[in-house]
Amino acid sequence: MINRVVKNAEEAVKDISDNMTLLVGGFGLCGIPENCINALVKKGIKGLTCISNNAGVDDFGLGLLLQTKQIKKMISSYVGENAEFERQMLSGELEVELIPQGTLATRCLAAGYGMPVIYTPAGVGTEVAIGKETRKFNYNGEEKEYLMEHAFEANFAIVKAWKGDTAGNLIFRSTARNFNPMMAMAGKITIAEVEVLVEVGELDPDHIHTPGIYVNRIFQGEKYEKRIEQVTVRKRN
Amino acid sequence: MLDKNGIAKRIAGEVKDGMYVNLGIGIPTLVANFIPDGVNVVLQSENGILGMGPFPFEGEEDADLINAGKQTVTLLKGSSIFDSAMSFGMIRAQKVNLTILGAMEVSENGDIANWKIPGKMVKGMGGAMDLVASAKNIIVAMQHVNKAGESKLLKKCTLPLTGVRCVKRIITELAALEIMPQGGFKLLERAPGVSVDEIKNATQGKLIIEGEIPEMSL
Repeated sequence: MINRVVKNAEEAVKDISDNMTLLVGGFGLCGIPENCINALVKKGIKGLTCISNNAGVDDFGLGLLLQTKQIKKMISSYVGENAEFERQMLSGELEVELIPQGTLATRCLAAGYGMPVIYTPAGVGTEVAIGKETRKFNYNGEEKEYLMEHAFEANFAIVKAWKGDTAGNLIFRSTARNFNPMMAMAGKITIAEVEVLVEVGELDPDHIHTPGIYVNRIFQGEKYEKRIEQVTVRKRN
Repeated sequence: MLDKNGIAKRIAGEVKDGMYVNLGIGIPTLVANFIPDGVNVVLQSENGILGMGPFPFEGEEDADLINAGKQTVTLLKGSSIFDSAMSFGMIRAQKVNLTILGAMEVSENGDIANWKIPGKMVKGMGGAMDLVASAKNIIVAMQHVNKAGESKLLKKCTLPLTGVRCVKRIITELAALEIMPQGGFKLLERAPGVSVDEIKNATQGKLIIEGEIPEMSL
């Protein structure tokens, strides 16, 4: 079996350089590659374009790379919870492209499936459609207009899984799955960090969410904070 | 006149046994509290849950288990977890039967604006554009007028659109309305204690009133 293991986050991101485009997994702060983000902050590379559903919070997740002004452009569906993001966006320091969440997911999927474009109804008739090719299709008994959207082309995808094996096979846990599987499929080079790294043979092949063919580098993260953005609870009784 | 919980309670009456339902943030989230016993529905959260349950008990929060509003939640028996691409796949393929969401403006032909106010910090559309572009049945929960007292039920939306010709029903603090295929807000019901004239005054778009308008039963 091919061994995909690298020593740590620093080694995994060693050839990510200025002005590259990165797909970064996670939804809010859930299922984000914490160790790789920290390694990128340490590395200090600049001018990054990050494709990620959200932009973290001020002092965690992608917010850390915003604090250090390493991100030139964000492509996201929702960026609400970050004051530094807001400041950089309003001052024009940070370029922001907002796209529908399903479009974001499906553009990743298209890349992982080797398809250059998708047609989606999301955004038809809105400013998201400006400058984009549209086409009418008769489908499911209904003629509707669809927007053509391109598969992402990113230098690296950085994802986080719960368990992985040395061959790069990944299993996600709960809603920390979110964008990670399709981003893993979409990277030209994919880096996966996991909470638990095991030897090949220890994971049931039937339980693998992302096969190792999509994962070029894997390592066990040194530490996971797994911060919760909004703790909501109910009282007993 | 209805408060937020009243709007949610009235919308819960639109939720039928066997439906898969996506609830947006705000009033729509409250709808879950009013679904009657015996009406079995499955809540979808677009970050990858079918069968979303209530908030966890204190101390049982799981950082890996959140809803689309990034709040900690639980899973019910029979729930499933999937990735974001599949989540929007089931929305696009119209497997999700009902979408309930908030809005800043709705027009008489069913256009909706709920993601952007020019000149203000834009947070993004999240999954709203995908949901409204595909869902067959969209109910909007909203206030009839904004804080300045201006109608939010308009002839034409003034804010950037989220989707076109998609809203089917609107429940506000004043009324339940249906958007007609040929355009216009058809008045279905009045909120308790609200007169038809009050609804007329609060509606800028074309209001269709046919016969006696009943009061909501909640």
